[in-house]
Amino acid sequence: MDRAKKNHLIRIFVAIAVVYLAVLVLEFTLRPTSILFTVLRKGAIYSLVAVSMNLLNGFTGLFSLGQAGFMLLGAYTYAIFTMPVSVKESERVYRYYECIVGFDTGSFVGLIAAGLVAAFFAFLIGLPVLRLKSDYLAIATLGFAEIIRAIFQWDVLGPLTNGANLLREYKDLSRITLPFTDIPFPPTLFVFIVAGVCILLIVLLINSSFGRAFKAIRDDETAAEAMGINLFKHKELSFVISSFFAGVSGALLAAFQYTVQAQQFESMMTYEILLIVVIGGIGSISGSCIASFLYIALSEWWLRGLDMGKFLGISAPDLFRSGFRRLVFSVIIMVIVLFFSKGIMGDKELSFERMKAFVKRAGRKKKETAK
Amino acid sequence: MKELLRLDDITMQFGGVVAVNNLSMNVKEGEIVALIGPNGAGKTTAFNCITGVYEPTNGRIVFDGKTIITNHPSGKMQRNYAGFEADKYLGEKTLHPTPDVITKLGIARTFQNIRLFKSMTVFENVLTAMHVRAKENVFSAVFRLSWKEERRMEAETEKLLSEQGLLSHRDEIATSLPYGLQRRLEIARALATKPRLLLLDEPAAGMNPQETQELSLFIKEIKERYDLTVLMIEHHMDLVMGISDRIYVLDFGSLIAEGTPEEIQSNQRVIDAYLGVAEDV
Repeated sequence: MDRAKKNHLIRIFVAIAVVYLAVLVLEFTLRPTSILFTVLRKGAIYSLVAVSMNLLNGFTGLFSLGQAGFMLLGAYTYAIFTMPVSVKESERVYRYYECIVGFDTGSFVGLIAAGLVAAFFAFLIGLPVLRLKSDYLAIATLGFAEIIRAIFQWDVLGPLTNGANLLREYKDLSRITLPFTDIPFPPTLFVFIVAGVCILLIVLLINSSFGRAFKAIRDDETAAEAMGINLFKHKELSFVISSFFAGVSGALLAAFQYTVQAQQFESMMTYEILLIVVIGGIGSISGSCIASFLYIALSEWWLRGLDMGKFLGISAPDLFRSGFRRLVFSVIIMVIVLFFSKGIMGDKELSFERMKAFVKRAGRKKKETAK
Repeated sequence: MKELLRLDDITMQFGGVVAVNNLSMNVKEGEIVALIGPNGAGKTTAFNCITGVYEPTNGRIVFDGKTIITNHPSGKMQRNYAGFEADKYLGEKTLHPTPDVITKLGIARTFQNIRLFKSMTVFENVLTAMHVRAKENVFSAVFRLSWKEERRMEAETEKLLSEQGLLSHRDEIATSLPYGLQRRLEIARALATKPRLLLLDEPAAGMNPQETQELSLFIKEIKERYDLTVLMIEHHMDLVMGISDRIYVLDFGSLIAEGTPEEIQSNQRVIDAYLGVAEDV
């Protein structure tokens, strides 16, 4: 490997380490109920699912809208796997049903299982659905997500899913401990580590020979096939891997929320993720991450005042009522889509060189306007 | 010389349109064979049958002694079938592999209208084509356990690019190259799949006489260097007559002549259908 490449990698690792250290420091200094933690945790979770969707939509060129369905599978698997047997047997959660799952596992096993279950369903769904193209694929996967959501609320599956009722008291973020001890694990750091490792795996995949094959399929299916790339096998692979990580992020979301209910995973959620991918730039991993933190920060924090009567020091309880935030938010999104149609990052990745160039450009512009 | 590719009674019918009608031909190892004919004669359709893009309505294709495609009219096509000898392949098992399987067997192709991977650099385009021969799986690829294989592929790509004179354009986006180089890159990409038979679909389309001259040298050169057999579709007669060992002529889907360049040039049917005569002034 040449030196420039090595230096580049080292710099990236240092930057990531700094971010993780900052998270750890924040965790010990701020009070745990701070809104910042909500944004960081949810942002990290959405980063993971956005990147997994980007793998499918941006890098393999498959327009799939099944993300919420796979997240639901992951969330339920995680909740059912990690809920202690004592809770399952009591009437605290399964009030109307007799829970048929007679074991519980740690959070790590729960996360892996969540991914595997989502991946397994993706494999089955992929067999018929991946023969479809563009819009048809989107409709089929969207339909799948809706069907899964309905099935999980079905009475007959009650002993497994608790019907349409909540699941809780599983290993949520407040119950996650350091392995083999009872010392609680810093929850935000936990989310960051899991999401970070998963995103790293996706990045490694995209930069491997298989990732190039995915991009070849996106660019030109006919040529890719003529170069010996088995279209179906590679599409299925991308679909299964993407769903695995969607499942893991669903599990993280379950841990973050303390409760799980199928109703929450509606198609709106998929559109949210799609929006993040588009805003971040289709085909850009760092774009997806930046966009998801921005999106979550905007919707959960910065624009919150619009619903509460006071925003940027302006108090207008008549105008800033609940629901106004959504309106402003929609306008912002429309502006972004209209004026940055390629997203924040386009299909490029964030790098120090690019940032330097950007700052330089901005500086020059400022000087020109000053003249 | 050993026979590398053989087409037996290949008929390709789209509804009532017979694009290729009972085409039988063969290509021997080490030959350069040209397939010529007027526009719409069915040349590219024949290519698509060989590479598995289309499933021929009737007939058999044998590559290197192995039957890769065989079919007979069935279902609705049985009634509409316009070719002859419909029952000849009736008892045979129908094989219709997808293009990627054909490529794995050792047949690579280029396209009439260049189909490069648009978002990739020259280097990545060729590297992607190496994927088919890569000895690795997803797991080893993600965890970089097969990094030696990756290094090998990268080194081979560099070698291939330098042999094709494309190394100076290594990191340019493929579609930003000049037209002639894009053609050359497409051939390089096809070579990266390690073919024994190379199918070139109008490699000289849109080229000026000088570029065509260079191309004919180039084809001869890669044929020697990579031990290839070449089957090409071409309209530039200088190129075809200059480098082909044998020529097949198609017209309206049917074979009207075959032979050496000299034989073809003096064949009256070919002159009538395709070549024409120089007008007396």
